[in-house]
Amino acid sequence: MLADKDRIFTNIYGWDWPGLKAAQARGVWNGTKDIMAKGQDWIIEEVKTSGLRGRGGAGFPTGMKWSFMPKESKDGRPNYLVINADESEPGTCKDRDIIRHEPHRLIEGALLASYAMRAHACYIYIRGEFMREAEALQNAIDEAYEAKLVGKNACGSGWDFDIYVHRGAGAYICGEETALLNSLEGKKGMPRNKPPFPAGAGLYACPTTVNNVETIAVVPEIVKRGGSWFAGFGREKNSGTKLFCISGHVNTPCNVEEAMSVPLKEIIEKHGGGVRGGWDNLLAVIPGGSSTRLLPKEICDTVLMDFDALREQNSGLGTAAIIVMDKSTDIVYAIARLARFYWHESCGQCTPCREGTGWLYRIMQRMVRGEARLDEIDMLLDIGHQMEGHAICAHADASAWPIQGLINHFRPELERRIKEYRSKLVA
Amino acid sequence: MSVAVKKDFEQPKEFAFSKENMAKVEMHISKYPKGRQASAVMALLTLAQEQHDGWIPEVAMEEIARILDMPRVKVFEVATFYTMYNLVPKGRHHIQFCTTTPCWLAGSGEVVRACEKHLGIHLGETTPDGEFHLSDVECLGACVNAPVFQHNGDDFYEDLTAENVVKVLDDIKAGKAKPGSQTGRVTSMSIKGTTTLHEQAKKAGVKDAG
Repeated sequence: MLADKDRIFTNIYGWDWPGLKAAQARGVWNGTKDIMAKGQDWIIEEVKTSGLRGRGGAGFPTGMKWSFMPKESKDGRPNYLVINADESEPGTCKDRDIIRHEPHRLIEGALLASYAMRAHACYIYIRGEFMREAEALQNAIDEAYEAKLVGKNACGSGWDFDIYVHRGAGAYICGEETALLNSLEGKKGMPRNKPPFPAGAGLYACPTTVNNVETIAVVPEIVKRGGSWFAGFGREKNSGTKLFCISGHVNTPCNVEEAMSVPLKEIIEKHGGGVRGGWDNLLAVIPGGSSTRLLPKEICDTVLMDFDALREQNSGLGTAAIIVMDKSTDIVYAIARLARFYWHESCGQCTPCREGTGWLYRIMQRMVRGEARLDEIDMLLDIGHQMEGHAICAHADASAWPIQGLINHFRPELERRIKEYRSKLVA
Repeated sequence: MSVAVKKDFEQPKEFAFSKENMAKVEMHISKYPKGRQASAVMALLTLAQEQHDGWIPEVAMEEIARILDMPRVKVFEVATFYTMYNLVPKGRHHIQFCTTTPCWLAGSGEVVRACEKHLGIHLGETTPDGEFHLSDVECLGACVNAPVFQHNGDDFYEDLTAENVVKVLDDIKAGKAKPGSQTGRVTSMSIKGTTTLHEQAKKAGVKDAG
């Protein structure tokens, strides 16, 4: 278990004020100028040492991502930092708490990250539904400008830094980094072909890094306490502390910061108040937001919550949104509802995704009632395989994964429903 | 996506941003580099929607295209791509239920049915007096406080049940509803008290579950 002294987000539940004075009393904006004086490459090295991996789902090493940015501009194009606050992965609500209760940690992180990557401007793309959160963030930014922590000569460091909030308007796909950049440019939020990667040509065709809110918000504590402090939590290559969202059939759903590699059972029992009706009443868990494949109880008994342990189980840490389902759950409907989500949120650009998500959803709707043929179970897998890797972004892959998880672990339930439905027809 | 096809309402003949909103238009444009004013299209659509009773008429899109020097079709593309832009009137109180899996597991189905019964309409419909419009949306991003709904695209009402949601609707109509958790929870903390940050909890006088 993580000790309280090692928690980064000390106001995650909003007991204290989010404003500048209260944030400073919690250690935010403390010694920022001294950190910047240590140099840009020092910050990147420290983040590399910490082993921080992106908190938005893909888990790419942050320090390495930052080092892809050009150190000097040869053609006059500026560097940009864009922060992805388009939190929309079902099950996930951690960035919302950072933005409304700890906005100054995010702004301080944005300054340090931008400085390290030689960016003078940062855009925070926040999902449109987070209206109150966007207001809270803008208030915090106004305070920071007033206190000269950002703006010209930020924190007295000699570095000019501007930070802006850009509100989205309801499109899950804008969480994909290149769709987000298109949206930020005032276009439809459709993903771009890669390459070029954003570090080469991103926002307005300038070098850009897109990072998740949580990734940026933990940076100040990492550089202040040292990369090795952060690397001390969790297993190798899975280091650090992490915000987990525990939702679904637990006695006390909540957000909580824990060390990486914490056992799934432990985090559900200690913080989620246990599964409704006891651990033996557990049916399955979706461990990292809707895109990750579900895990049946046998795996949940022992699995650790980190990137590599969940990958070994053919699932993923994703955004660390733990969705718990007890034995009363209609597991087929639970996944069919996710199939509807992916169908609704496909941007429609690539044919395999636009059509495939609809096929999957329509077959899944019939699977809920058992109104299907047995060979359609394999057809679902086949459609998924044809979608995977055949679209510009990972939306097509992500829509196939939950269904694959269902079939891998609950094929007998699908078959039972089909047979039951057929027997009623004969009778 | 939400392309306007229904024509049982009047499109206004003209639209102009109010003086107050015009200042906001300038502020939004100033956030982006020179020549990149198209980036402000989303903010301007949102402003137009706020100014025009919660929906965006076609003349507003034309006005935005003029201000930002964009082809009209590019503004229309954006307005039809994102689900939060209403291109048809939606009633005085637009209630958007999250029904994605985490909310559904927590009972969003019962919450929706209780509201449908209370108002006498189904999802996608408006009450005859134009007070309420109900719709279901995809994940709102408040999953540990499920089930939730959003009111007019701003406030979240969280931890709903089939029982408490009826009172919330009545309170919204009476203008005295309190957003946030409806079961008295402190934001996303466990309802039984915090399991972490014990020293801070003591200072803040928050329940500690140990």
